[in-house]
Amino acid sequence: MRHLLSAADLDRNQTTEILDLAEEMSLVQERPVKKLPALRGRTVVNLFFEDSTRTRSSFEIAGKWLSADVINISAKGSSVSKGESLRDTVLTVAAMGVDALVIRHHASGAPWQASRWIDAHVLNAGDGTHEHPTQALLDAFTIRRHFRRTVPDQVSFDGKTVAIVGDITHSRVARSNVLLLTTLGAQVILVAPPTLLPSGIESWPVLVCTDLDQVLPRADIVMMLRVQQERMSGGYFPTPREYTIGYGLTRPRLEAMKPGAAICHPGPMNRGLEISADAADAANSLILGQVAAGVSVRMSVLYELLGGSE
Amino acid sequence: MSGTGAPQAQRDDPGPGTAVGSEASRVVMDADQIARACARIAHQILEANRGAEGLVLMGIPTRGVPLAYRLATVMDDVEGVRVPVGALDVTMYRDDLRQHPTRPVGHTELPVEVEGSTVVLVDDVLYSGRTVRAALDALGDLGRPRVVRLAVLVDRGHRELPIRADHIGSYVPTRTGEHVSVRLAEIDGVDQVSIEPADHVPEEA
Repeated sequence: MRHLLSAADLDRNQTTEILDLAEEMSLVQERPVKKLPALRGRTVVNLFFEDSTRTRSSFEIAGKWLSADVINISAKGSSVSKGESLRDTVLTVAAMGVDALVIRHHASGAPWQASRWIDAHVLNAGDGTHEHPTQALLDAFTIRRHFRRTVPDQVSFDGKTVAIVGDITHSRVARSNVLLLTTLGAQVILVAPPTLLPSGIESWPVLVCTDLDQVLPRADIVMMLRVQQERMSGGYFPTPREYTIGYGLTRPRLEAMKPGAAICHPGPMNRGLEISADAADAANSLILGQVAAGVSVRMSVLYELLGGSE
Repeated sequence: MSGTGAPQAQRDDPGPGTAVGSEASRVVMDADQIARACARIAHQILEANRGAEGLVLMGIPTRGVPLAYRLATVMDDVEGVRVPVGALDVTMYRDDLRQHPTRPVGHTELPVEVEGSTVVLVDDVLYSGRTVRAALDALGDLGRPRVVRLAVLVDRGHRELPIRADHIGSYVPTRTGEHVSVRLAEIDGVDQVSIEPADHVPEEA
């Protein structure tokens, strides 16, 4: 594997390999010396054109725990704010001899474009409303761990149902998750008001429903998406309150969930909007586990891409 | 003992055109000899340690792990003490990571804290010594054992680093190009050590 640009780059075996390795990597967090020498002498640059806390810091920790040198460049405070183009920025960074570029950009397809310009490995850390493959991997990792509480060596998600609820139109998390969860065998149901369902959704390998209460009793995993207020120029739903009534994971809905089902949220959460405090802090909430999984999964991906010969 | 003891046709056909230098593989240890070697190594470890106190057996995947369990079983029979057994994957610590495509990583499992204990590293074949070098580094990141020893089923020579084993099942002289194939019942369905000729390239290195 040369780049990780889309969750569609991964077949079921590769996904399972990455998740298995992430399990091994998670043990490193419990050791006295949280460092493996595998990427000694490699340089990873986090090139972030968009704000991020957890993705950037977990990529940074992942790289450092594998002994790579990690450099962070954000658009603010770099030449990007002086008007440098994406191409020039990417070529400049690559010219310094980096081995991998982790790119987050507000334009869909920017990491793919960058991968055409340079020889270094490119990892997509979220591009516009397109994809966020490492988020989908860490979601799959967390969900698999949840399933493994009942079936210890569960590998595939065959026969499982995952509901992804909220702003599908603007969500790169939803797109990557649809691809990856389907690859692993899950049935994905997208739940959203019609205004937040993208056009062309008929061609996705999913079921679509506009009534959350109809889906809740069937789903093994309920993944709540953040209402992305920064991408909302209005008109998608009348008021936040009405959104909560229709699509928020409220306390009554928590009780309507299938027994044994669990809750995910990619964060950051808007408590009281798409998810109630009761649901976020519920015993069957996997949200904190998702954050912890971020480092393990990104270590695994960095090792897969950079751990061998060129 | 010239290849007659191989019960399974697992050996690859060398194929046409490989006649030059393609002698048959030789069996150097059969199941009985492996069992006796394990029993002797287990006794030696107990003798050197004056009992099972503070011992931890760490197998190096893949085949070091079942060997470590076998040693523990012998020790249990002798001393009546269950010595903790773990697995120590060394992939990330190898010095040749960049010479190969990305290597799959094995499982590491620490049964007890290694701090202050006597760790016996267990592997199937001692060759260049590079795996053991990597294992020492890996172990160092898990804690600081009081003593580290090395037990191997086969020492085939050709060391590239100043490393030696404390306990050896069998010393098997080999040529550099040859491959020592250790098969264990837990993984391969049969107990056998054989030397494969130079032109034979098995998948497990």
